[in-house]
Amino acid sequence: MSATTGATRPPQRSYHGNPVIKEPIWKPEIPWYFFTGGLGGGSAALAYLAELGGHEQLARRAWPIALGGIGVSPLLLISDLGVPHRFLNMLRMFKVTSPMSVGSWLLVAGGATTTVAATNALTGRLAGPARLAKPAAALVGLPISTYTAALIAQTAVPAWHGARRELPAIFAAGAAASAGAAATIATPVRHAAPARRVALAGAAAELLSVQAMEQWLGAVGEPYHVEQAGTYARAARALTVGGALLIGAAGARSRVAAAVGGGMVLAGAVCERWSVFKAGLQSARDPKYVVGPQRERVDGGRGHGASRRALDGRVAEGAR
Amino acid sequence: MSERLRTHAWPGTYDGEAKPRMGFFTDTSICIGCKACEVACKEWNRVPESPQGFTGDSYDNTVDLGANSWRHVAFVEQRKPLGIDAAERSLAEAANLDQLVAETGLQTYQEGDGLRWLMASDVCKHCTEAACLEVCPTGALFRTEFGTVVVQEDVCNGCGYCVPACPFGVLDQREGDGRVWKCTLCYDRLKDDQEPACAQACPTDSIQFGELDDLRERARARVEALAEAGAERAQLYLAGDDDGIGGAGAFFLLLDDPEVYGLPPDPVDATRDLGSTWAAAGVAAAALGAALAAVVLGGRR
Amino acid sequence: MGSNMAEQHPVGFQWVIEAKERGATVMHVDPRFTRTSAMADLHAPLRPGTDIVFLGAVINHIMSGRREFTEYVRHYTNARVIIKESFRDTDELDGYFSGFEQEDGLYRVDSWGYAGTSGELTAGKREQTGDVSGDQAHGAHGMKLEHGEPPEEDWTLQHPRCVFQILRRHYARYTPEMVEEVCGVPRERFLQIAETLCRNSGPERTGAICYAVGWTQHTVGVQMIRAASIIQLLLGNVGRPGGGVLALRGHANIQGSTDIPTLYDILPGYIPMPHPTSRDDLARFVELNGPDTGAWGSLDAYVTSLLKAWWGEAATADNQFAYSYLPRIDGDHSHYPMMLRMLDGRTRGFVVIGQNPAVGSANSGLMRRALANLEWLVVRDMSEIETAAFWHDSPEIEAGETRPEEIATEVFFLPAAAHTEKDGTFTNTQRLLQWHHKAVEPPGDCRSDLWFAYQLGQRIRARLAGSPLQRDRPLLDLTWDYPLQGPKQEPDADAVMQEINGRHADGRFVSRYQELRADGSTSCGSWIHAGIYADGVNQTARKKPGREQNWIAPEWGWAWPGNRHILYNRASADPQGRPWSERKRYVWWDADEGSWQSLGDVPDFEPTTPPDYTPPDGATGTSAIRGDAPFILHPDGLGWLYAPQGLVDGPLPTHYEPEESPVPNRLYAVRASPTRQRFERPGNPYNPADAQPGADVFPFVLGTYRLTEHHTAGGMSRTVPYLAELQPELFCEVSPQLAALRGLEHGGWATIATTRAAIEARVMVTERVKPLRVQGRTLHTVGLPYHWGRKGLVKGDAANELLGLALDRNVHISEYKVATCDIRPGRRPRGPALAALLSDYRRRAGVGR
Repeated sequence: MSATTGATRPPQRSYHGNPVIKEPIWKPEIPWYFFTGGLGGGSAALAYLAELGGHEQLARRAWPIALGGIGVSPLLLISDLGVPHRFLNMLRMFKVTSPMSVGSWLLVAGGATTTVAATNALTGRLAGPARLAKPAAALVGLPISTYTAALIAQTAVPAWHGARRELPAIFAAGAAASAGAAATIATPVRHAAPARRVALAGAAAELLSVQAMEQWLGAVGEPYHVEQAGTYARAARALTVGGALLIGAAGARSRVAAAVGGGMVLAGAVCERWSVFKAGLQSARDPKYVVGPQRERVDGGRGHGASRRALDGRVAEGAR
Repeated sequence: MSERLRTHAWPGTYDGEAKPRMGFFTDTSICIGCKACEVACKEWNRVPESPQGFTGDSYDNTVDLGANSWRHVAFVEQRKPLGIDAAERSLAEAANLDQLVAETGLQTYQEGDGLRWLMASDVCKHCTEAACLEVCPTGALFRTEFGTVVVQEDVCNGCGYCVPACPFGVLDQREGDGRVWKCTLCYDRLKDDQEPACAQACPTDSIQFGELDDLRERARARVEALAEAGAERAQLYLAGDDDGIGGAGAFFLLLDDPEVYGLPPDPVDATRDLGSTWAAAGVAAAALGAALAAVVLGGRR
Repeated sequence: MGSNMAEQHPVGFQWVIEAKERGATVMHVDPRFTRTSAMADLHAPLRPGTDIVFLGAVINHIMSGRREFTEYVRHYTNARVIIKESFRDTDELDGYFSGFEQEDGLYRVDSWGYAGTSGELTAGKREQTGDVSGDQAHGAHGMKLEHGEPPEEDWTLQHPRCVFQILRRHYARYTPEMVEEVCGVPRERFLQIAETLCRNSGPERTGAICYAVGWTQHTVGVQMIRAASIIQLLLGNVGRPGGGVLALRGHANIQGSTDIPTLYDILPGYIPMPHPTSRDDLARFVELNGPDTGAWGSLDAYVTSLLKAWWGEAATADNQFAYSYLPRIDGDHSHYPMMLRMLDGRTRGFVVIGQNPAVGSANSGLMRRALANLEWLVVRDMSEIETAAFWHDSPEIEAGETRPEEIATEVFFLPAAAHTEKDGTFTNTQRLLQWHHKAVEPPGDCRSDLWFAYQLGQRIRARLAGSPLQRDRPLLDLTWDYPLQGPKQEPDADAVMQEINGRHADGRFVSRYQELRADGSTSCGSWIHAGIYADGVNQTARKKPGREQNWIAPEWGWAWPGNRHILYNRASADPQGRPWSERKRYVWWDADEGSWQSLGDVPDFEPTTPPDYTPPDGATGTSAIRGDAPFILHPDGLGWLYAPQGLVDGPLPTHYEPEESPVPNRLYAVRASPTRQRFERPGNPYNPADAQPGADVFPFVLGTYRLTEHHTAGGMSRTVPYLAELQPELFCEVSPQLAALRGLEHGGWATIATTRAAIEARVMVTERVKPLRVQGRTLHTVGLPYHWGRKGLVKGDAANELLGLALDRNVHISEYKVATCDIRPGRRPRGPALAALLSDYRRRAGVGR
């Protein structure tokens, strides 16, 4: 409530300054899941490709990372549910209109295949099934890394919906950077060259895609720069740049440098997800982000005709 | 109403059992802000209390729609430099009683003496293209044979996806319960040919319930009459077939722009962009795969 | 005016909306911009308590512009009647009417009468000295006229002493300029309203005036309503469809509780409560209280039938139908004097039903101190309201002024059933009774008020059984035999209604009040309700849908008397009995049939009395009423522009300032109503008014009111979560200007103080409250809803703590609607600091405790 001594309220372009749409109710599990899903999915692809490329040491380490990422994801998601014991209801149907439904099935597929793949990578068992499971896990891992972007983009939250084209790229880049960085940490430096390259490429792509999104969004992107989202974004950039530089400069020589650099890139990826998450909350909370662009559309003749006035005895569309 | 909006036209639903599409026309010009709709709704649907304390937002202490408030009456106080006040002195000098009396009819609805006190009862819009329903992963949200959108409380697992998906901020999670709740357009009452509780309680018929076709016809006549009476900004909101949500089951006659009442001026069903969103995610996934392959495999060379 | 109909009567307001949709103009004159103003075509804020100036100026506007409905006024009102030569108006006596006695602050009303009537006309009024209650306290009961016509009349309306000319002179000073200066309503806005009223009247059109407690709760409340009646009579808006002065009641069934009264000074059907003067002489009672002419001419039949209903076989011609069994009133036993007697230790016990005086009465703190002086207190309610809890939870206990151990009152709390848990009727504003059926059994020990009254009677009678004392006969002889039914053994409300309707000696139900006889052959519990059970059918339970009958809907519920929906509907036809216009056709004379016809209502005239009927000498009752005199309850059959009797504060509405007002009376030297009831005593100090020293300590006008979301003193709404949450806290409404002046912050806290109390409220800064320009100064208003108290789900200070006791002497209602106050930012102090704050205010204002 605003304290206004003796003054009247400002002209109303919002209803008492209240939000127009609801802030997402998702808990911290969700941005963490964005990260673990990307890490797991990216790692599965990395692991499979490493195997293909003959990087056995790298692959043996990347598979458990993939399993960790993919394995912890459902736990985070279930924990976020309002009624956790009903998590199986997620599999009542398959709805292409619901990225969450698609994602649930992806996680089931990813979880099963990655478990087989990782078991094989660590123990050598299940070799038969693993021959199929490994490429499948890699293939499923890719959309697991990016569908979460589609999920949040398919909402009325301006900062998310407005960035529906850019967010998947950011999430994909983040997944690559995370997978590369995690493998860089886990793998002895002489076996980790591909991981380092992935980390560096992912980090670069992440920075570029965030930059591109901000360029594209313009005013709608404001929530990404302010308040907590802005803080996370700045932290993400610093950590990603710093980590990438460290890996690039010393990652091939020093395990410590590789570990620290990898950790920084991972932390950067986490912060980037949090920045995206918080930006969504912030843009939902403030009616100016919701009403502003819509009003511009209507005034610019680009509205969808929600309001119609009576003019000259007939109900006319659009105009204020 | 265009053919595709009719309940029998929705694919895979009710076919022969489809009923005419039912809805609300909320004529805010005759809302007296009594909040009977809020109370009747809570009584009938056993919605928990939702005390917000004293807000100072005019007479609104309900604040918004949510899990525990399925009807919400908005109160907007506006200064309005129209009517007799503006011309008071010149009229006096003219001492023209005819003019004075003629002026009496100028201030028509929810206004007077340079003030306007808008009141409007908000509710779930029961959209034709309902983003909440589309994104619901469990199928808890479904379309009834009356064309309304209802949450099945025995299915919802509280994933919360519908909450930010709704362009009107209608759905919310109930604390201590975990599920989301919203207006059902009194689905149970409809099944018994009863009018929803809010509409029945509304003393001035500001909330009208009926077949959508009839309601729209009534609404068009009403907004035209109001415009003729001088209510320049009177507008129908969500009364068409082809707005951003494909038309609503609950639509409104407003006396000012939607945002003044806390309603979005150009709501769009986010799942309209389903194709481009999935495409972007797919391209990103493919690019991720290609890039990884290039970087991992290409580095060997 | 004086009503916030959209908020307080939202269900009835649907018809205002509908009328508006059909082209009616809705105008709202009220201090605040309320939800009613929002729906009105026009709103004019006026200073609280100045309504008579506004209404008087409308009267002046009508008369000076010759805008009255001349034929209606000449034939149907007492405009033509010549008043006694000894009458002096307020113009001549600077604010007093003739007959004022400074000593006791009361009027001798002899000089107000019609010329040519004897002293007899007001004989009974001698009783009024010192106490107006009792015989002849109500309306026109006692007026004696030969064959129903005033002795001296001037049909040209030119005689200087005829009512029309007196009226014109009386209101000559009520000008638009005066409205602007006193009410704060710009004269253009006033003219707009007055002119719209005039243009909406006449043969083709009618207008209605709605009021509610915004008028009644003033020291001049009755006269505000009278002023509206004068306007409507002048414009010909009474007895015609779409016309009238509509009393919107304070809450559901207040009308019913006046008709069959919970009031101390009347019996069912507005029969005055006997006074000791008439001793045991029924004939003397009838003579003192009933005129010979008009519908009241049959008072003997009404009261005899009432006695027969109550005492049955024990009421015989030999014992004057047990007239002596009726209690007598010996003084003013209205609410506040009763409470003050309690305070003085002269009342020992108190039964409270459906009331919450610890929150709802003015000067609530004084009321609680009175309760603390009782030996015993019974409270019947649905929850432990503040009145039941006063001994352990009150502002006085919070402040440390008293402790529960110091309060000796024994409190009995009895759980009551809600209206949904019992059968019965509601009577709404237009006298329409509607039956409601019990929906659920009352929970636990909750019982209906009917059960309680019945059981109380049974138990007292059991205790008195066999008593040889004559004084116990009234209780023992009562007809107290109602069938019990249901699991809770509730008395059958239907049987009570049958008793109210009445029967002939042979057991047949009475079907109309004209059947009642004074010889003991009929019984009737309330003469105005005779016919409510006609043909053995509960007429109030009829619920024929509107679409299945005409728009008058005579078969929905039942309206007293005789299911007449519009009272005095003879006035809807011209003197010759023809409709004034086709558009407003309602009741008319059909010469071929030789009877009055109607669109669907019951003509409330003798069915076969023709329009040209002239009563013969010596006629009595309604046969003494001329064929062109529609107001059959009056002894002369006329609408009273001028009230020769029945009121104690004057025959014509006159503006007096409220008890507490920051400005002088611009119209007369007399500041406030000379007859208002004041109680100068410790605990009830008055804020200095006008220019008295200390008046500037309380520079703002205070008004109390209600909100849609709550019910009166809150006992039925603060306890219900769905209602409580809608308006969770006491707030005060102030203008942005006052907020700036006093540093009040929107959403913050303010302390509002008078000499009686200081309370705290959240601040609502809103342009809906406007500062008014009055007599050269800017006047600010503080608005306070009064619903909160210390119990229930939402709590807060009670606004009525602030008010002093100043009553309209006609009806003993306190001036809730206006007082003066101060307001300052921040919460009120707690404990002894609160008393210190009040002492400081009183010291600065120069008043005692």
